[in-house]
Amino acid sequence: MTSFLTYTFKNLPSTSNWALRSSIRPLSCSSQLRAAADVQTKSKKTLAKSSVRNIVVVDGVRIPFLLSGTSYKDLMPHDLARAALLGLLHRTSVPKDVVDYIIFGTVIQEVKTSNVAREAALGAGFSNRIPAHTVTMACISANQAMTTGVCLIASGQCDVVVAGGVELMSDVPIRHSRKMRKMMLDLNKAKTLGQRLSLISKFRLNFLSPELPAVAEFSTSETMGHSADRLAAAFAVSRLEQDEYALRSHLLAKKAQEEGLLSDVVLFKVPGKDTVTQDNGIRPSSLEQMAKLKPAFIKPYGTVTAANSSFLTDGASAVLIMAEEKALAMGYKPKAYLRNFVYVSQDPKDQLLLGPTYATPKVLEKAGLTLNDIDAFEFHEAFSGQILANLKAMDSDWFAQNYMNRKAKVGVPPLEKFNNWGGSLSLGHPFGATGCRLVMAAANRLRKEGGQYGLVAACAAGGQGHAMIVEAYPK
Amino acid sequence: MVASRVIGSLGRFTASRTLCCPGYVCRNFAGSSALLSRTHINFGVKGDVAVIRINSPNSKVNTLGQELHSEFLEVMNEVWSSDQIRSVVLISSKPGCFIAGADLNMLNAFKTSQEVTQISQEAHRTFEKLEKSTKPIVAAISGSCLGGGLELAISCQYRIATKDKKTVLGSPEVLLGLLPGAGGTQRLPKMVGVPAAFDMMLTGRNIRADRAKKMGLVDQLVEPLGPGLKPPEERTIEYLEEVAITFAKGLADKKISPKRDKGLVEKLTSYAMSIPFVRQQIYKKVEEKVRKQTKGLYPAPLKIIDVVKTGIEQGSDAGYLSESQKFGELAMTKESKALMGLYHGQTLCKKNKFGAPQKEVQHLAILGAGLMGAGIAQVSVDKGLKTILKDATLGALGRGQQQVFKGLNDKVKKKAITSFERDSIFSNLTGQLDYQGFEKADMVIEAVFEDLSLKHRVLKEVEAVIPDYCIFASNTSALPISEIATVSKRPEKVIGMHYFSPVDKMQLLEIITTDKTSKDTTAIAVAVGLKQGKVIIVVKDGPGFYTTRCLAPMMFEVIRILQEGVDPKKLDSLTMRFGFPVGAATLVDEVGVDVAKHVAEDLGKTFGDRFAGGNIELLKQMVSRGFLGRKSGKGFYIYQEGVKSKNLNSDMDSILASLKLAPHPEVSSDEDIQYRLVTRFVNEAILCLQEGILATPAEGDIGAVFGLGFPPCLGGPFRFVDLYGAQKIVDRLRKYEAAYGKQFTPCQLLLDHASSPNKRFYQ
Repeated sequence: MTSFLTYTFKNLPSTSNWALRSSIRPLSCSSQLRAAADVQTKSKKTLAKSSVRNIVVVDGVRIPFLLSGTSYKDLMPHDLARAALLGLLHRTSVPKDVVDYIIFGTVIQEVKTSNVAREAALGAGFSNRIPAHTVTMACISANQAMTTGVCLIASGQCDVVVAGGVELMSDVPIRHSRKMRKMMLDLNKAKTLGQRLSLISKFRLNFLSPELPAVAEFSTSETMGHSADRLAAAFAVSRLEQDEYALRSHLLAKKAQEEGLLSDVVLFKVPGKDTVTQDNGIRPSSLEQMAKLKPAFIKPYGTVTAANSSFLTDGASAVLIMAEEKALAMGYKPKAYLRNFVYVSQDPKDQLLLGPTYATPKVLEKAGLTLNDIDAFEFHEAFSGQILANLKAMDSDWFAQNYMNRKAKVGVPPLEKFNNWGGSLSLGHPFGATGCRLVMAAANRLRKEGGQYGLVAACAAGGQGHAMIVEAYPK
Repeated sequence: MVASRVIGSLGRFTASRTLCCPGYVCRNFAGSSALLSRTHINFGVKGDVAVIRINSPNSKVNTLGQELHSEFLEVMNEVWSSDQIRSVVLISSKPGCFIAGADLNMLNAFKTSQEVTQISQEAHRTFEKLEKSTKPIVAAISGSCLGGGLELAISCQYRIATKDKKTVLGSPEVLLGLLPGAGGTQRLPKMVGVPAAFDMMLTGRNIRADRAKKMGLVDQLVEPLGPGLKPPEERTIEYLEEVAITFAKGLADKKISPKRDKGLVEKLTSYAMSIPFVRQQIYKKVEEKVRKQTKGLYPAPLKIIDVVKTGIEQGSDAGYLSESQKFGELAMTKESKALMGLYHGQTLCKKNKFGAPQKEVQHLAILGAGLMGAGIAQVSVDKGLKTILKDATLGALGRGQQQVFKGLNDKVKKKAITSFERDSIFSNLTGQLDYQGFEKADMVIEAVFEDLSLKHRVLKEVEAVIPDYCIFASNTSALPISEIATVSKRPEKVIGMHYFSPVDKMQLLEIITTDKTSKDTTAIAVAVGLKQGKVIIVVKDGPGFYTTRCLAPMMFEVIRILQEGVDPKKLDSLTMRFGFPVGAATLVDEVGVDVAKHVAEDLGKTFGDRFAGGNIELLKQMVSRGFLGRKSGKGFYIYQEGVKSKNLNSDMDSILASLKLAPHPEVSSDEDIQYRLVTRFVNEAILCLQEGILATPAEGDIGAVFGLGFPPCLGGPFRFVDLYGAQKIVDRLRKYEAAYGKQFTPCQLLLDHASSPNKRFYQ
């Protein structure tokens, strides 16, 4: 019905708000329609379409997300990815040779394993006949891995795809400076002693200063935290609001952890260390404590602090995606359908982290749903300020009209359905791996809390964003 | 020239009001004015912080004037007498402008230096009160903060600025022949150190916010915000105010110290400056440099040095007194009047008086990727115009593309743009050898070689592929546009756009209209020029238009003078001492001897007697021997890569010797040589106005100064006649006419001005 309404909306000449309201009232008052609405609260029973294959996520796992520099610090990225794959194999018992394709997302690449998907798959004992590739799209890399898999299945190329993501922030590639690299490469090519000496004579001490990877936009040179602080200021999000939201995230995560709701976590026996059993970044604090922190990016008066930002995290995740008929044929009871998804992108300077605002109405429209149809929202929390700015933007007609070319705002997700089991602020955010966590959280919440539709949304560096509808698989 | 608005000339106070304005009377004033409601200032209190918002009505910028000053003082008195208020935030409600200085018209209205001095002293009194305020004042700066605006800001206890491109701080007074007259000469050295203060005041340069922070000119930066629940500019100002309020509170609570930690270099500098000997050396050094650069033609820089020196050596009281006196003196100088005239002219030539064009140019095509074509491309792409650069050969095209890239990359090196912005700007440029995409072009500018038949061929080729609405503009320095347009199917769409080399540095654009050029075509060309950041004069078509035509007789005189045996080096020195930025002989080398010859032949034929004087044979022989000027490495001078000092080309001796003429001793003194050059220039310029080539004297002055380097201190040929006296110039011309003949005959309009002394080009 709502889709009918929105359809009507779109076709109204609508020069004034008044005209809109008056023309809608008779519609919504019409008794037939209301009767229909009472019978069925959801506007759609399912998003299944006869023309498209149903794609399901059978299950998904992740190794515990750890603060970088802790138990995973001596490993390599493919070790984490391997652990996630092994966890998935164990959880689903899927035969290794049934998988048609493996895709992983990652952001900061280890140069030695630039196709980390392939290295991890080989190490996890998958058949060496299964092709694997690695994708990168900043914080939505794992989402990209999953949707790539969805496309492979939907187009009939594959039936079974493993998608995942990995990030190891404990170790990042720190390079020699360009000048030093150039000299070393030239030295390699130099044939005579004279050539070598003349090259070496050009050496200067500043060649030794290293190049560090930064969480900064290449196009604007602005660090993400800095941009988040400006975004929060642009939407007039106060420091207190940000701290409160961050505290909520930690408290909810703590509760979920204690109640054993984070069932996607698998144990990981780290070689030479104890078995890691749970996320270690969940640290509920008090607002007083948080208020004491100094701003981390815009000093001395900014509002984004270490306490209300997601922290550098090590971790990996993986999901098993199949065509529904294949899953059923293999005797699986899938967790959820993966439905419509969108990617969006906008100004990487001033709207760097507004991806969810742009993606949410778009994916809802595509699916023919409204915000009210969604039972579980799983939004990636890069910063408290970013989440709150997105919520304010989604609640603003002015923003929708002036920047999104829409007639009206999409509305704001109710907080009681929003990231109920914690989010990136508290659970951690291994850039390349978060996407799978979001989807599994949505799927698991729908199973646990009831409800049919989940909405996953995330922002990413480069001013990009993503949203996907997850539909609960009938029990 | 940067020239922006100026100076804290803070409105005239009637003497009576200032005199009878002790404490309580003022409060009465304030009480009653609350009823009158303020027009420039909006005053509110947030907690214990007074927020004073400046917003001059009906103007894009805030200027310090009489009304604003009195309202501001009223409000401040209210603040100081209130028990509730503990600190103050001073902010502008206009995005893009804090305070841009004062209206020059006000300053121009003063008749005596005493009046100007008095205004300066008024400002001193007000700013001293701010400086000594026990309630801390935070200046929240967004947009231009220049002249008096800066002087106001540095009288406050704390400064916060938005870090965007629009926010610039500076003391541009010197560019108008003035000095900072509201305490700037005294406060700036204390704030940023003597060397940096000299640099700011003597160059008048604009300082970006981040640089200002490093210098200690501002204490905090605020990042501009993107869109939120309001337009970005609006929210950014609001945010700036919020941040400023927290700092104002912090200052009042003594949680924040207005003192800044100085870096090591700064500490060392200030230590060095405490040694009298070092100070003397610095004054001497700076003065030497200024004398060398200004050739003693500009009084303002020397006075600035003098006033700063007085303040440091003899104490603030003496410094402020000296500042106000010298400020008054400078305001009455010819140089200041000339420079202010140029400033007004420049503002005028930054407007499109032909109205808004019917169709905005979005796609531009340029024919010819030479120095000119590539230069035009560079100033177009960085303003967002999609530009096609076409040439006939891949090699020439490549050089043009490289020139554009280099121009942009130099900006990256200077940190004016980022490498990413460079790439994104460069993507607006398409280099090609064919006419693909011309069907979408809104305007084609041809910059092919100066040859009429070639231009005809190009015009015909282009007209076959461009849409009906497309404008065809010819970049030529001398070929008459109407002749180029003879082969056009649509002469109303043909116009001349004469750029000056190097295009990215030279501000002037001379637009040439024929009788057939439509008004909309002109409007479009002006709009494009303005977009490219040009100062524009629009002139009628004719041989040499305006600029080339003025320059030509002067160049003939240059040849004559050289033929009379004056050394090129001496000639250069004479012209530069007169105020030209480039010596006359060097100018010929720079323009190119072949180009000069070409123009001289063309115009010589057309104008006959009046362009007599030098023998064109000199240029012909130079061309035949390959002495084409800088581009060929040899002209009057020898040019070598990486060698700065120029040596005379000794091969010229034989050419000069063969064409030698005997000088007329009665008109060959140094001064006479200077005036022979300048009076011919001026006479020709006035003739252009007389003949209607020029529409206004202001455009004539702007064209001469910005395009040809006519001495800025003289304000352009027309201002020069006004200030110097038409009769004196006629006398000189008559004297030279007697010696040389008709080329020096004064034109009728000049004679009219001489015969009626009340007649002026500028009223």
